[in-house]
Amino acid sequence: MNDATPEPAYNFAYLDEQTKRMIRRAILKGIAVPGYQVPFASREMPMPYGWGTGGVQVTAACLVPEDRLKVIDQGADDTTNAVSIRRFFARTAGVATTTRTTEATLIQTRHRIPETPLHAGQILVYQVPIPEPLRFLEPRETETRKMHELEEYGLMHVKLYEDIARHGQIATSYAYPVKVSGRYVMDPSPIPKFDNPKLSGSPAIQLFGAGREQRIYALPPYTKVVSLDFDDHPFQASKAAHDCDLCGAKASYLDEVITDDLGGRMFVCSDTDFCTDRQAHGKRGRVSAPVSGDAA
Amino acid sequence: MSLIEKVTATDTPLLTVAGLTKNYGARIGCADVSFDLFPGEVLGIVGESGSGKSTLLSCLAGHQRPDLGQIIYDGQDVIAMSESARRRLGRTDWAYVHQNPRDGLRMGVSAGGNVGERLMAVGARHYGDIRAAATDWLGRVEIDADRIDDRPRAFSGGMQQRLQIARNLVTGPRLVFMDEPTGGLDVSVQARLLDLLRGLVRDLGLSVVIVTHDLAVVRLLAHRLMVMQGGRVVEQGLTDQVLDDPQHAYTQLLVSSVLQV
Repeated sequence: MNDATPEPAYNFAYLDEQTKRMIRRAILKGIAVPGYQVPFASREMPMPYGWGTGGVQVTAACLVPEDRLKVIDQGADDTTNAVSIRRFFARTAGVATTTRTTEATLIQTRHRIPETPLHAGQILVYQVPIPEPLRFLEPRETETRKMHELEEYGLMHVKLYEDIARHGQIATSYAYPVKVSGRYVMDPSPIPKFDNPKLSGSPAIQLFGAGREQRIYALPPYTKVVSLDFDDHPFQASKAAHDCDLCGAKASYLDEVITDDLGGRMFVCSDTDFCTDRQAHGKRGRVSAPVSGDAA
Repeated sequence: MSLIEKVTATDTPLLTVAGLTKNYGARIGCADVSFDLFPGEVLGIVGESGSGKSTLLSCLAGHQRPDLGQIIYDGQDVIAMSESARRRLGRTDWAYVHQNPRDGLRMGVSAGGNVGERLMAVGARHYGDIRAAATDWLGRVEIDADRIDDRPRAFSGGMQQRLQIARNLVTGPRLVFMDEPTGGLDVSVQARLLDLLRGLVRDLGLSVVIVTHDLAVVRLLAHRLMVMQGGRVVEQGLTDQVLDDPQHAYTQLLVSSVLQV
């Protein structure tokens, strides 16, 4: 996409240099202690909390003029959140943007990890609503910090126990708790548990920013990340039992789309870039036009 | 085995407290409390409200840091040990039964989850085993197995208290602290709970420090009794001896204040 000239009224990437410096320090600390939630002085951003204020600040602190930015929201490049954040940085930083996972140097994401494997040198920035995995079990912040400090994570399994007792299986399907390099239990942000295996051993840097909660945490490249489970109820990365109706992909995470009020529905890849790329390479699904009759 | 035999069989105390003092500013919480607790022994602490019973208990259990004194548990100095070691002790070897079951239970978590929490906290990772242990313990505290997935909110006060006891005893602790375990329950429920506690203490050979203002409770449960007033221990001895032949004026008042039905 075109390189917009940055708005002259703003510092590069909106935040002032001292703020970016402060955020970078938090990021470095987060990378040094994988999975540990580093407090930082989160700033007001020109968007409401819950729209990715944490992710945007981490992105702003990481951006350099040579970067190529991709923003996805639930896997899609063309939804409101993705479009507005991409335009925000195109205007305030003047960086190049892209929708292609392989070309991007920095990807800000809300609730998905791209299907295309990331490579070394890329940074994946997550938007995090609630960074504390123990929050809904233990409301006291002082207590949860103490539990992290002393590695008392039995409570996390109580949540999984409750799932099995009530539903017969671990019904937690997103924000599935993980243990990072054998130490900290971490909330991977509300990504589907289908994406959890991709957290582990990724060559890219993964950064997590929670604006309202004022926390940054990180996974350096090639960090071991294990999803919590029981011996007799092992972790399973689940997805809808269908193929993509547009590109025929069998192993990508799917969105269910209701097409009429007669029970009609289709399943499509939630990662739009992955899906369009496959279609461009001639892959076809149940409802897409056949390759040969591709006149339009 | 009688108490005398037990005491002679194990001559090293499980818990030794020496000169324990805790002040709240200029006010005394408890002052210069010393005692030994032997394996399998039940120590009752009685006294009126504000006599320092609860302060003493929370200092013993590590919830508060005493100003002076020493607590030795099984050869380890509890006050000097690191917080993580003390908390580990608190969920393995020790148990704490709160007066109000709401303080000791997770009200949003099912009965089975409540009982299983301590198991999971010490590393149990097999759902079937945890569930079996929870079912077993619910049975031992006389809660029907089909209530295992109900939340404690749906339980009566007596059931909540029994659930709290099950939750505490599931990891097989050796030392149990109880703060008025029968407070707030009606007398028939109290009687059942006491009966249950007495059975568990005897079967499991627990050492117990029980704080109460109810003399009937200590008469039934405690081997030894400590009477506190104004933060100080005014009298201690065998339970029957203290209750039947009180020496200190305050103990005499306490014993004579009990209504005879």
